[in-house]
Amino acid sequence: MSNIPDGLLFSESHEWVSVYDGVATIGVSDFAQAEMGDITYVELPSEGDVLAAGDEFGALESVKASSELYCPVSGTVIEVNEALESSPEIVNSDPYGAWMIKVRLSDESELSSLLSAGAYAEIAR
Amino acid sequence: MRYYDRLIFELSRKGRIGFSLPACDADPVKAETAKGVTGIWRESPLDLPEVSEPDVVRHYTNLSQMNFGVDTGFYPLGSCTMKYNPKLNEEVLQSFLGLHPLQPESTAGGAEELLSFMKKALCEICGMKGFTLQPCAGAHGELTGLMLIREYHRSRGDEARCKVIIPDSAHGTNPASAAACGFEVVEVKSRPDGLVDIDALRPLLGPDIAGMMMTNPNTLGLFEKDILEIASLVHGCGGLMYYDGANLNPLLGIARPGDMGFDVMHVNLHKTFSTPHGGGGPGSGPVGVSEKLLPYLDKLKVSGFHGNFGVIARACAYILSLGREHLAEAGTFATLSANYIKESLKDCYRLPIDSVCKHEFVFDGLAGGGGDVTTLDVAKRLLDYGFHAPTIYFPLLFHQAIMIEPTETESKETLDAFIEVMRSIAHEASREPEVLRTAPHNTPVSRPDETAAARQPVLKYEFR
Amino acid sequence: MFAYFPHTDEDIRAMLDRIGAESEDELFSDVPSGFRLRNGYDLPSSMSEDEVRAFFNGLASRNTRLTVFAGAGAYDHYTPSVIPYITSRSEFLTAYTPYQAEISQGTLRYIFEWQTMICSLTGMDVANASMYDGPTAAAEAMRMCVACTRKRNTVIASSTLLPGVLEVLRTYARNCGVNLVETDAIGEAVAEGTLDLAGVIVPSINRYGIIESHLGLADAVHEAGALLVEYCDPSALAVVKTPAEWGADIAVGDAQTLGMPLCYGGPCAGFMACSSKWMRKLPGRLVGQTVDASGRRCFVLTLQAREQHIRREKASSNICSNESLMALWSTVYLSLMGPEGLRRVNALCYVGSHYLHDALLATGRFTDPFEGRAFLKEFVLQPLMDAGKLQQTLLDAGFFGALLTEEGYVSFCVTERRTRAEMDALVRVVKEAGL
Repeated sequence: MSNIPDGLLFSESHEWVSVYDGVATIGVSDFAQAEMGDITYVELPSEGDVLAAGDEFGALESVKASSELYCPVSGTVIEVNEALESSPEIVNSDPYGAWMIKVRLSDESELSSLLSAGAYAEIAR
Repeated sequence: MRYYDRLIFELSRKGRIGFSLPACDADPVKAETAKGVTGIWRESPLDLPEVSEPDVVRHYTNLSQMNFGVDTGFYPLGSCTMKYNPKLNEEVLQSFLGLHPLQPESTAGGAEELLSFMKKALCEICGMKGFTLQPCAGAHGELTGLMLIREYHRSRGDEARCKVIIPDSAHGTNPASAAACGFEVVEVKSRPDGLVDIDALRPLLGPDIAGMMMTNPNTLGLFEKDILEIASLVHGCGGLMYYDGANLNPLLGIARPGDMGFDVMHVNLHKTFSTPHGGGGPGSGPVGVSEKLLPYLDKLKVSGFHGNFGVIARACAYILSLGREHLAEAGTFATLSANYIKESLKDCYRLPIDSVCKHEFVFDGLAGGGGDVTTLDVAKRLLDYGFHAPTIYFPLLFHQAIMIEPTETESKETLDAFIEVMRSIAHEASREPEVLRTAPHNTPVSRPDETAAARQPVLKYEFR
Repeated sequence: MFAYFPHTDEDIRAMLDRIGAESEDELFSDVPSGFRLRNGYDLPSSMSEDEVRAFFNGLASRNTRLTVFAGAGAYDHYTPSVIPYITSRSEFLTAYTPYQAEISQGTLRYIFEWQTMICSLTGMDVANASMYDGPTAAAEAMRMCVACTRKRNTVIASSTLLPGVLEVLRTYARNCGVNLVETDAIGEAVAEGTLDLAGVIVPSINRYGIIESHLGLADAVHEAGALLVEYCDPSALAVVKTPAEWGADIAVGDAQTLGMPLCYGGPCAGFMACSSKWMRKLPGRLVGQTVDASGRRCFVLTLQAREQHIRREKASSNICSNESLMALWSTVYLSLMGPEGLRRVNALCYVGSHYLHDALLATGRFTDPFEGRAFLKEFVLQPLMDAGKLQQTLLDAGFFGALLTEEGYVSFCVTERRTRAEMDALVRVVKEAGL
């Protein structure tokens, strides 16, 4: 059973989103990290990159797999989690602590199309 | 095989040498600096080992003894055609070692004759109209073939053709080569019987299709029997047909890609034509074309000189040795051996598509699922018994894929021994799964920690 | 029966019985009869070993053995006897790519050694397991520049690169959608600036044999937001400034100069190295160090998530092999040579090429278009006679030299294998030729 905390929003491509004061913090779900196995590398964008909802913003790598990361919302990247560069394993050990990017939202109305924890639980199994 | 834990750098002692060259006191850097030429010379130290000749010979001999090759044992690696590498082929290179690649043809008549013989022979075997021998590997051949497709459409002002259709069972190089050549990849699904779904193909066709890449037999070892219809559909929309020659071996003596409607193809000389794989190369991936692509063939320069000439010469010796009689037998023997293994093991391993195969076939893990025992465990356990593992987790159509290709050069006794070991591994999986999960046990090293290798990459030796 | 096929009639029968087929032909019932091969191949009949040997001896007799005074991307260096002995060991020769690390430690270890040695020579941080050859390594570097700078697409290549390298770059650029600009005024081209500039490719030693100075170039290229690629001769890197010292991001070249015979141009091996910043964008195979389940040092193919079998159309390159055996070839070469041997090779080349250069000028039949510029083994002269006839006269006397360049120069190359007597004989032919 994967951990799906209430209060977060989710995308169908297994990213989670938490919003505070117009800024979305984005990572990948517990289900996604378990599917990937031991994560060996997290490829992230640069600060200042402008993303549209659905854009690829990076990738996760394990020994035998690679998976693209998609930004569920539109906006500008204002911060990336540099700790993941040297310690990708925290995506496995603490997926909801291991945020990847913070995006200043350009269109908050997009949030309504994301999934609630309950709705995501239907997909993540 | 025994474990040997040295790197050549660790044998280094200051002052030892392993070369034999005339004495020379000159120093280019000092001489030029004296003339005032500065700023272009190396300043950093040069970290290379200082070892004697016997040190070098013993070190690399010890390394070789941790390696498994076709000469060591059976190598049932699917889609890799690990057939016997004849020793005569190694001898014939001697005639060409001193030839400079830019020598005028009038002084390299023998070498040119060899190249033209090989082009003609490959045309005959593949049903093509021309070949370039420049590509150095299969994937290099794919890229070259796709470039030819691009040149063809461009010359006709047909620049809108930006997509290449590739079956979901294709080798990973196909989509990677198409993307490297700037094409968008469109995947076409396989049917439950493992063949390309023509009904899924039809709606993909249109004026934006540059071509379609296929291998036949496909990576499940199944012959795409609707190939003429597929080719005619793709041609009908203005696209070209690319043949990935990785699976050409079973067609020797049976059929030719050119007669099935393919316009451009590559051949892996290191698979079908027996040249040694050398631990990952050098290979050779000549590209053949039909009449309509012939004008573009010599416009492409994809490698430095004449391709991997030494590999081409070995393949030539192979074709001459087998001749028309025995070349025509190879495909049949390879197919017979694959079907024999398949039929002998399908009660122990899950056979997702139970039909006659060609040179290779795919199991989807152990019959009954295997519990905690995975395909990786089966593969690793095979190493303990002195066999190389099959190709695993490919094709991607099955989660626990085990892809077996025996080739025509293995005896029935070898196949029987392999079958027996595969059966006993299947039994071990239910009785002693732990033995499999921790396999291999009899190899120079046990399972490496690949996660650690990828997380903190150590890609070179650190001096001092 | 045939020597490589072990199937007896009895075996075939037993195998068909197990399969439940009447005949071998039944195994091909799914191949439409419309294109079944009916009359066999129009190829020669099977030859015995001695017949094959005779065939190749016949070919050899139609090649002319020449004393090589030419380079242009293929150099006649000395091959220590140990190398073919080691590389022909069948454990190395008949192995596949080292996917099963537990039974491939031999291959994996020498590739790790090769990566280390390429880093030593170039000064770069990371080297891959080798490429097809120098020109294709340059082409992959061009593609890598585009990949590293994301949306940029223009690559400047120096027109002083070897002609063979430029030809391959053009083919790749035209068909992989890269905007390739060739110029000999690199500094100006970079300074002019374009927002689309992804990379700049320059030769460490150029097509005239001259060691180029790239002082300040890396800064200008980086200022423009692009990558600098140095194309180099790895043998010469023992004495000339390294790509790392010039500040390059990527180093490529051909390892043929590391002891590989000419063999009509192949096989050889390309090399490719980069700074650690771009490690994940490097195409090709990489071997890394790790430990096995019992903690012993061992080696594996690593960072494979960049590669085609995992990423398919999103892979950093379609390359899934290397020139492994040739990488072993040059690894053994560099082990034998060590720093002193490689310096000696360069010194012998330098002394020989300057001797020939000066002797040819002294005949009064040439001028030096690049007087005072430093060279190591290859140089060009401006002939004061018909260059084509000069080359033919040399060929008739058993020498391959005086290669005609696009600019109308003739080029010569002297490696450590050329003797004083050979050079004197060549100069005598030039002197006495009625041209």
